[in-house]
Amino acid sequence: MKYLKTLMASALAVVVSAPVALAEWQPRKPVEFIIMAGTGGGADQIARLLQGLIEQKGLSSRPFIPINKPGGSGAEALRYMQDKAGDDHTVMMTLNSFYTTPIIQEDLGVDVTQFTPIGLMAMDTFLLWVHTDREDITDLDSYVAAVKGAGLDWKVGGTGSGQEDSVLTAMMEAAFDYEVTYIPFPGGGTVAKNLIGKQIDSTVNNPSEQLAFYEAGDSKPLVQFTGERMAAFPDVPTARELGVDIEYYMQRSVNGPPGMSAEAVEFYTNLFQTLFDSAEWQDFCVSDGLTCDGMLNGADLASFHASQVEAHKKLIAQVGAGAITGE
Amino acid sequence: MLDIATLLGAGLLQAFEPLNLMMIFIGCLAGLFIGAMPGLGSVNGVAILLPVTFLVPPTAAIIFLAALYYGAMYGGAVSSITLGIPGASTAVATVFDGRPMAQQGKADQALTAAAVASFIGGTISVVLFTLFAPPLAVFALKFGPQEEFALMVLAFATFIGLGGDDIPKTIFSILLGLVMAAVGFDIISGQPRLIFFDFVELQRGIGFLVLAIGIYGIGEMLWTLENSKGEVKIHAVRSTWKSFKKNLSHIREYLPTTALGSALGFFVGTLPAAGATPASLMSYGLAKTFAKDPDSFGKGNVSGVAAPEAANNAASTGSMLPMITLGIPGSPTTAILLGGMIIWGLRPGPLLFTDRPDFVWGLIGSMYVANFVTVALNLALIPLFVRVLAMPFTILTPIIFILCFVGVFATTDRMFDVWLMLLLGLGGYLMRKLNYPVAPAVLAIVLGPLAERSLRQSLISSRGDVMTFFERPISLTCMLLALALMIYPIWLGMRRRRAGSASGTE
Repeated sequence: MKYLKTLMASALAVVVSAPVALAEWQPRKPVEFIIMAGTGGGADQIARLLQGLIEQKGLSSRPFIPINKPGGSGAEALRYMQDKAGDDHTVMMTLNSFYTTPIIQEDLGVDVTQFTPIGLMAMDTFLLWVHTDREDITDLDSYVAAVKGAGLDWKVGGTGSGQEDSVLTAMMEAAFDYEVTYIPFPGGGTVAKNLIGKQIDSTVNNPSEQLAFYEAGDSKPLVQFTGERMAAFPDVPTARELGVDIEYYMQRSVNGPPGMSAEAVEFYTNLFQTLFDSAEWQDFCVSDGLTCDGMLNGADLASFHASQVEAHKKLIAQVGAGAITGE
Repeated sequence: MLDIATLLGAGLLQAFEPLNLMMIFIGCLAGLFIGAMPGLGSVNGVAILLPVTFLVPPTAAIIFLAALYYGAMYGGAVSSITLGIPGASTAVATVFDGRPMAQQGKADQALTAAAVASFIGGTISVVLFTLFAPPLAVFALKFGPQEEFALMVLAFATFIGLGGDDIPKTIFSILLGLVMAAVGFDIISGQPRLIFFDFVELQRGIGFLVLAIGIYGIGEMLWTLENSKGEVKIHAVRSTWKSFKKNLSHIREYLPTTALGSALGFFVGTLPAAGATPASLMSYGLAKTFAKDPDSFGKGNVSGVAAPEAANNAASTGSMLPMITLGIPGSPTTAILLGGMIIWGLRPGPLLFTDRPDFVWGLIGSMYVANFVTVALNLALIPLFVRVLAMPFTILTPIIFILCFVGVFATTDRMFDVWLMLLLGLGGYLMRKLNYPVAPAVLAIVLGPLAERSLRQSLISSRGDVMTFFERPISLTCMLLALALMIYPIWLGMRRRRAGSASGTE
């Protein structure tokens, strides 16, 4: 079938003797740009920035329309993509719930390794945040002491059971031997707002979600869960420096539904490569503490996904699915 | 205070720059038509027209998008009134009385009321925005899950009065809506639930527009067809200068509900969780509860058009507040505006007001101007809109059915939802026939997920203690108000019955 398509396309190219560029695949209708998280969060901000850049640079003949599908820790979006198998006009901005949600919800019937990898735009980072008014908390030790003192009254906000922040919260519970109450919100932006409004006590937001409040002096980071200190937060120690063995990143990749045609994959890969190389994206990476060394795509990204799925299976087995879902 | 005046003056001057003024005009006009098309709501409109904004400076760009948003808010009312199909979720409450008014040949009066109320709502809220933006942002932060849930209870309470005298039937209708709202993924654990007959498609839940278009487009249409035996009397309206002046003179009738709806809409809009749809529904409920003639609501009361329209326009201004001050969009449309701002290098957050006053005040200034432009455009276009009703009913009905199908398919892109709409439409028709109010079910499917999430968040954080809703001052106030609102119609009904029996059997 694909052979036939190629044959027809090349035959057409010969007949009209058009330049090769014109024969390339282009979207024929608006492209649904699915975001598997709520508005205002890291994935949402990135997807909307990318959408704007696509329009600004005229990279696509049809617009990209961002659609948030945050339901069930991304289960709604994953199921949607699964049902869109073979569709060339849907792509999805993913985060680590791309791996964790199908592991925790076995009956979802989604195998993300079957999805079409397009491009890994960045690796996002996590920091531990508290409100600036918590003067008793100045570093990780005083934080752990405060949490232990509060017990289950300590409220940690996150974006949903099985989302990466709940995994990280469970990792911290295991490492420091305490237990907290985890409250799910519909998106990273709402979590940030609830920290500033003191509805919750702490959170592990991504930098982009807290940056505006951090700059306004409303919140402060205590620890970063990276290998080395980020340029954006030179004074915040990493967990490893403090002797805590937690290093955790969030992938920000774009993927298509299973069975996307090769021509479409090529188009989207080139499109996101152009975005990745743009000065605007690289600037955003620096200001928001993202790591953007090179864009993985195709088979490389597929094997990256496969290894991440395995790593998350281990992680979830280690901390226990119950610790993440709170059951 | 003087600071505000200076800054606002600068902002207004900016809005009157030729380029910005042109952007306001084009935005309002485009929004009006986008909003009037069922299924093509402001979300799609703003997304599709986002590229236009890269040709102009950031301030002009956001002015354009904001104008588009206002225009679309009003446009939703146009299809609600003339066709009886809500063009967008924000315009559902406008159908309740807008459609009966059109059937009585008062479409122009309804459209005028919608335009005027939108204008008042927009203006009141932009004034509130100008004066109280920073303190309101602080207040919005005080709204945790408990307060959100209490607000939702308050919204439900305003609707108890909506079902007429039959309170049990109203409650049944709300519960039916809540069951439908629960279909799909559990919002906390992510497990699928209530997947009837194992339809995989139901995992995504029952879309609000699928239900609203089904009930109002299909269900009400069937009911009208049956009742009139095909000879529907939709009066064509001839709009003249005289009738226009007469319509404007009705303003005094709906001014109080409009003012109340505006303030309520603005406030609900500023809360990141809510948005314009709950605001318009609550405003309608309140208008009915406190009306002198609550029985005339749903049968073509002009206040029933004005109240939700004032509220949804006020809420659209209100939802700009959390976006600008907290970086959290209050509605899907503002989420797209937010994306635009990030591209232009404007990071929304507490510092935007001080870092980029030119941008913020330019936007506020444009809101004032956009309100004037929208009301002028709307009033001028009413003769065009009412012409729709001049079509013979035998042609109009099939067109409405087609618009229902297209509208649902365009929003969700699935045939399954089209069948679901037909099924829900039939259900709505049966409910109507059995004298069950359908509006509370529509309300429940909008508010259900919001209420459920905040209820469960509250109970997780209080570890199962329901007293948490009564220990926090704001949530306690809302709860008490809700209780009062629930009792009020019952008490009123009892008093009327007693008065009825006292005056003897006439």
